[in-house]
Amino acid sequence: MNAELPVLKAADFASDQDVRWCPGCGDYSILAQMKKVLAQTGASQENTVFISGIGCSSRFPYYMNTYGMHSIHGRAPAFASGLKSTRPELDVWVITGDGDALSIGGNHFMHIIRRNMDVNIVLFNNAIYGLTKGQYSPTSKQGAVTKSTPRGSIDFPLNPLSIAIAAEATFVARSIDTNIKHLVKTLTRASEHKGTSLIEVYQNCNIFNDGIWDYAKGKDTKDKSTVVLEHGQPLVFDGGSKGIRLNGFAPEIVDVVDDDHEGLLVHDEKSPSNQLAFLLSRMRHPEFPEPIGVFRAVERATYDDQINDQVDDARAEQQEGDLTKLFNSGDTWTVE
Amino acid sequence: MTTVTDQFLPPQKPSEAVSGVTVRLAGDSGDGMQLLGTQLTNTSALAGNDVATFPDFPAEIRAPVGTRAGVSGFQVQFSAEQIFTPGDGVDALVVMNPAALVTNIGDLKKSGILIINSDSFGPKDLKLAKLDTNPLEDGTIEPYRSIKVSMSKMTLAAVEETGLSTKFAGRCKNFFAMGLVFWLYGRDVEPTLRFIEKKFSKKPEVAEANRRALKAGWNYGETTEDFASTYQVPKAELTPGTYRNVMGNQALAWGLVAASKLSKKELFLGSYPITPASDILHELSKHKNFGVRTFQAEDEIAAICSAIGAAFGGAMALTTSSGPGIALKGEGLGLALMLELPMLIVDVQRGGPSTGLPTKTEQSDLMMMMYGRNGESPLPIIAARSPSDCFMTAIEAWRVAVKFMTPVIIMSDGYIANGAEPWRIPDVSELPEIKVTHPAGAVEGEEFLPYSRNEDLARPWAVPGTPGLMHRVGGLEKQDGTGNVSYDPDNHQKMVQTRAEKVARVADFVDPIEVEGSDSGTLLISWGGTYGACHTAMKQAVAEGVSVGHVHCRWVSPFPANLGDVIAKYDRVLVAELNSGQLLTLLKSTYLVDAKGLNKVKGKPFQVSEVVDALKAISK
Repeated sequence: MNAELPVLKAADFASDQDVRWCPGCGDYSILAQMKKVLAQTGASQENTVFISGIGCSSRFPYYMNTYGMHSIHGRAPAFASGLKSTRPELDVWVITGDGDALSIGGNHFMHIIRRNMDVNIVLFNNAIYGLTKGQYSPTSKQGAVTKSTPRGSIDFPLNPLSIAIAAEATFVARSIDTNIKHLVKTLTRASEHKGTSLIEVYQNCNIFNDGIWDYAKGKDTKDKSTVVLEHGQPLVFDGGSKGIRLNGFAPEIVDVVDDDHEGLLVHDEKSPSNQLAFLLSRMRHPEFPEPIGVFRAVERATYDDQINDQVDDARAEQQEGDLTKLFNSGDTWTVE
Repeated sequence: MTTVTDQFLPPQKPSEAVSGVTVRLAGDSGDGMQLLGTQLTNTSALAGNDVATFPDFPAEIRAPVGTRAGVSGFQVQFSAEQIFTPGDGVDALVVMNPAALVTNIGDLKKSGILIINSDSFGPKDLKLAKLDTNPLEDGTIEPYRSIKVSMSKMTLAAVEETGLSTKFAGRCKNFFAMGLVFWLYGRDVEPTLRFIEKKFSKKPEVAEANRRALKAGWNYGETTEDFASTYQVPKAELTPGTYRNVMGNQALAWGLVAASKLSKKELFLGSYPITPASDILHELSKHKNFGVRTFQAEDEIAAICSAIGAAFGGAMALTTSSGPGIALKGEGLGLALMLELPMLIVDVQRGGPSTGLPTKTEQSDLMMMMYGRNGESPLPIIAARSPSDCFMTAIEAWRVAVKFMTPVIIMSDGYIANGAEPWRIPDVSELPEIKVTHPAGAVEGEEFLPYSRNEDLARPWAVPGTPGLMHRVGGLEKQDGTGNVSYDPDNHQKMVQTRAEKVARVADFVDPIEVEGSDSGTLLISWGGTYGACHTAMKQAVAEGVSVGHVHCRWVSPFPANLGDVIAKYDRVLVAELNSGQLLTLLKSTYLVDAKGLNKVKGKPFQVSEVVDALKAISK
């Protein structure tokens, strides 16, 4: 007899805690879509774990009726690695921000990705430090005037997806907090991927950095300034009137006439090489439309599988460890 | 059929019985002194002696050849009596070059034997050791019984037939020295021959060359007139049982594996390589068939954080490091304490501050382990006292961690981590069972409270995957009971006090402190790796008529419940430690006692005589 599993609704993933983000914050939408995705994908409350670092976005686990850990600044990937290595059956999500993942946690971000630990990382990018009230972040543009940069930031910004791709990421995607359908689709894809999946979400901080992603969200601007990636499809945007093609190693924008897609760059998220994904990650506003969707989705053995395989293999080859045998290995002598 | 051992004829010269001997082997770091020392130690232990060792090597893997910086030493005491230290004065010193001679001769007893590889005292060798005159000729070695041996040349001659190149043949000279030392002390060559066989199984010509060098050294002792007699050290009277040699890091790793088995928990180690703790990572990584998972993290911070993640998931979690690495783990330690998850943090101390003296020993991390975290953050701290004691230390630490749901710090140091001594192999069935429980699921009509507490103030260890017990933990202050975020002032005070009280209660669970020696007069207090020197010094002082009692703190946080009462019985208190007075400060502030310190920060362990002298001076 097959027992019917209880069907959970999005609301079943809400904890009893009041959500305390600023009214109008982009985080609300990401939280709502996450609950929806968990319900739709049949996730269970008890086998799902959210681990975050420090920052506004990192309060996320408190609002989920799952297991969760609000850890320390920048280190969420390390906690997730220890948990996933010992409990590979759990669905582990890392919630982080641009400061948490790329500044204080830059090292862990790179290493969890190269190990291909089977966790999903959602990076809320608002290009500002919100919780500490408005200092520039590693993704703030040069010249950004913030509390700590009254004459404009002189730091050159980091590109999170470029870093992830260079670190051999097997799944890289970008979405936008208010693009609900796209966000749900992208989070779902990430949850289905085996290996580290990174989703950068353009998230608006309406208090300290309001409107920085307006070009990618606005009704009048989004078609011109973003290009939606579809596997096997040519890169076309602005209502089908423009496309991207390669000129040597560089992308360029060309006019599309009569839906003629000949010569346009065709997206291949499964390309074994990370060159295309990297090239796409370099396309930045305003010179280019910024790609949203899945940049890269390839398969590679995961760390958590391998660390457990080694244990299984050792047990199969050497038998279950025996303390008496271990203690008596090598030279011993007896005192009567 | 002739076996290889038959070729080593028993010494024919008269043999003199001695109760114990301290031998130091010193040469260039590439000369194989550590290998020689390890073989001598194992062989002596197999012969039934009690042994204690002190390897002393530079941090550089290969410092410039022949320089003083590159000198690597290994000291071993083997004895017919129970011993606790590798010995103070050296009875026999083997030196392979001028740098080794001048940096070690100060520790040789006036009656001691000095065995010198005289082939390495040419002008170039002297220059490398920054010597203007030849110590073999300028009177340096005059007070000692010096025996100059042409080791390099004789080794080359002995191995010539194997066809090894001069370069490789020259490397066999440590086996020549070994042969000579083994002959001198009547040691059995069989274990070393087995070692050679195994170690060089893929290079039979090297194995053969080393065997020949070993034999040449042995025969040299018998032939030369430099040695009139050999020395015999009778068997020590040790508790009956089966013994083996263990080094501290190895014993600690095995204790951890045992604790994992005893608690039916699989072990997860998150670690980043650091001297002198890395051998724990190496050892544990070999025991995957015990369910051990080792994660070599990207840095010290990730190492502890991965361990906390594993602890959250229900594993026996562990991180290992030394001072500089522990400094980086401070924030993670604070979180582990806040989450009230059981885990172990191992600090194998080395000389500090900063990078300090990576390969030298010190006990200067005590205050960091006590107070090196933000906020009010007490943790239980246990310190191992000897290489073999690391085994039970690990088991006891894990027992406390799971009983009280708290991270526990294990302190070791470079001296015991790399030192070796005989270990009586325990009967596994006699090791304590370690009980761990996890709530199985939600109880009908009852709200699950992740920060509710039992009689030990321990909270339930509910692990992900358990239906109905979903909860969130984090570094923000917890509301009593629910574990929800709370900024309530009274709640914060209560939680700080509760966490402190929980650690304080460990004192009632662990064994009270035991006094050895006199019950009045001077009380000697020690902790960690100085036990051997302090215990031996107490015995010597008592034998010389000084009234001295000795207590050794196994738990330094919290202090043993009866420590205050013990201190009150004595007129004077001496606290001996390899730092500038850290335990002393803690004892003074806890017990308001006018204690005095015996402190040393030279990167070296105490000599017994140093402690005896201090005991006599304070007892006057």
